[in-house]
Amino acid sequence: MARITLEHIRHAYGLRPSRPNDYALKEVHHEWKDGGAYALLGPSGCGKTTLLNIISGLQHPSEGRILFNGRDVTELSTQQRNIAQVFQFPVIYDTMTVYDNLAFPLRNRGVPEAEVDRRVRDIIEMTGLGDWAKKKARGLTADQKQKISLGRGLVRNDVNAILFDEPLTVIDPHMKWVLRSQLKQLHRQFGYTMVYVTHDQTEALTFADKVVVMYEGEIVQIGTPAELFERPKHTFVGYFIGSPGMNVLPADVDGSTVKVGNETIALDHKPRVALGASIELGIRPEFIALGRQGMSVSIRKVEDIGRQKIVRAEFAGKPIAIVVPEDGEIPAEAKVRFDPAGINLYADSWRVELGA
Amino acid sequence: MEKTWNNKAWFMVLPVLVLVAISAVIPLMTVVNYSVQDTFGNNEFFWAGTEWFAQVLESGRFWDSLARNLAFSAVILAIEIPLGIFIALNMPKSGWGVPVCLVLMALPLLIPWNVVGTIWQLLCRADIGLIGYGLARLGIPFNYAADPVHAWITVVVMDVWHWTSLVVLLCYAGLVSIPDAYYQAAKIDGASRWAIFRYIQLPKMNRVLLIAVLLRFMDSFMIYTEPFVVTGGGPGSSTTFLSIDLVKMAVGQFDLGPAAAMSIIYFLIILLLSWVFYTVMTNYGSEK
Repeated sequence: MARITLEHIRHAYGLRPSRPNDYALKEVHHEWKDGGAYALLGPSGCGKTTLLNIISGLQHPSEGRILFNGRDVTELSTQQRNIAQVFQFPVIYDTMTVYDNLAFPLRNRGVPEAEVDRRVRDIIEMTGLGDWAKKKARGLTADQKQKISLGRGLVRNDVNAILFDEPLTVIDPHMKWVLRSQLKQLHRQFGYTMVYVTHDQTEALTFADKVVVMYEGEIVQIGTPAELFERPKHTFVGYFIGSPGMNVLPADVDGSTVKVGNETIALDHKPRVALGASIELGIRPEFIALGRQGMSVSIRKVEDIGRQKIVRAEFAGKPIAIVVPEDGEIPAEAKVRFDPAGINLYADSWRVELGA
Repeated sequence: MEKTWNNKAWFMVLPVLVLVAISAVIPLMTVVNYSVQDTFGNNEFFWAGTEWFAQVLESGRFWDSLARNLAFSAVILAIEIPLGIFIALNMPKSGWGVPVCLVLMALPLLIPWNVVGTIWQLLCRADIGLIGYGLARLGIPFNYAADPVHAWITVVVMDVWHWTSLVVLLCYAGLVSIPDAYYQAAKIDGASRWAIFRYIQLPKMNRVLLIAVLLRFMDSFMIYTEPFVVTGGGPGSSTTFLSIDLVKMAVGQFDLGPAAAMSIIYFLIILLLSWVFYTVMTNYGSEK
């Protein structure tokens, strides 16, 4: 297992990047701790797979260094880095049996056959593929194939990290839950450093200790699921995480109050914002209370999603979403109140830190 | 459910029936008709039974041609399939090289067969041909018209030149359909070049290779035009394959009965061998 250090990594697919926008991956400079479970979360094309491939060595970064446990591995091949990777589509060697598939990485490395047999048996037991061991791998279902892909990584007990590139995309929904919890269990049991790329927030939030949110080639926030929910550092994080996402409204700061349209909201502190910055107020639908008192709002639509209702409304000329409990009342002349604890202010899309 | 009978339906299938009848059934039945009768011209026919079949099967000439044909097919398959795979593996997967290679590969396939024969006949002539003359200058007296071995070399090289491209194109199509993730996974698993070929590329080419082998077998087993143009079946009868022999018999000697009987035997052999190839190759690796 390894601690992964990314030192000023940048990557461009073109030959000579000149502008920041030429980079598919803008500067990444972070250290990921040994045994951590990280999820790289972001929309398609945000650079998350590029970053993963740079860690695995399938791509060479245009700039920067990558270190495993303090050792520079930038110039090492995928094989020399000793990592395992599970791809979006299950990769199996169809002409081999399940057993031979799992033994393949070990045999390639010249591990003695007795040792191969011991480890492969362990993995077969761990993945529950016992009945299939002697059968050809091509007859398996997608989730079983994906287990084999994972098993080929796990069988090498000295891997530095296990990388996942949207591994559950082709898996049936009910199997996703099973596989995800099995992964989580593996992580707890063996303490592998795991990096998991996904665009599904549920997957990221349930799998990882730390979620790395990426947007347009940049890491916008690294945090625990709770941090991402309560204190999104960037309006994108607020919008991307949560369902529905955070309400973001253009605003003006005046001392310790914020003005949104004609409404004035009092804050419990005095934010410091740079002059000329474009200010936005962000508040999650869960922190807006619908009642008979407060600021006026006009309701457009109510979506009942089972355990709660989502109210789509117009506030100060902008659409907002409000979460109301299933038995919550929706008055005719509805008013809203913003919970001050749930208010975040953004200057040019980046969060204004409290008391800063 | 009640079935609706409507005789108009016959009109719907009629075009297909007519097409199949004209293209396959009627010619085949004509051949069958000739193969069991004898004629001395004048449109007079006499029942001959299985006499012609017996005559063909008892003649050494038929078995010699068949042996030559089998040897020829074996040789060209043994050369073209591995060579085709090798070239396909080394073709570029992206960039400007792809269209260039594809066009170069497709060129020999676009040349009419008798032109191919003429090209090679000229190339190999010892007096004016680039290859023939060149070899002669190097001290190797190459003469496909006199030496059976030289004639065979010429015919085989010509076929390899003409048809390896087909195998290459089919294999290439199989190769480019392999997702990148397979190669990446293989790298991570530490697979050698050979292991990548054996466990990823070859299994993925399985289907197209089956088609390539079948096509090349059938084609080479029916080869006629190119050797006919280059060697005319000679020297002696060293490159007289079944089809050349058949034409000699039917058109040259006007032995319609034996020629028809031979045609049917020839057809059955091709059908049988193609079926065997197909069954063996589709079953290979699919069970277990």
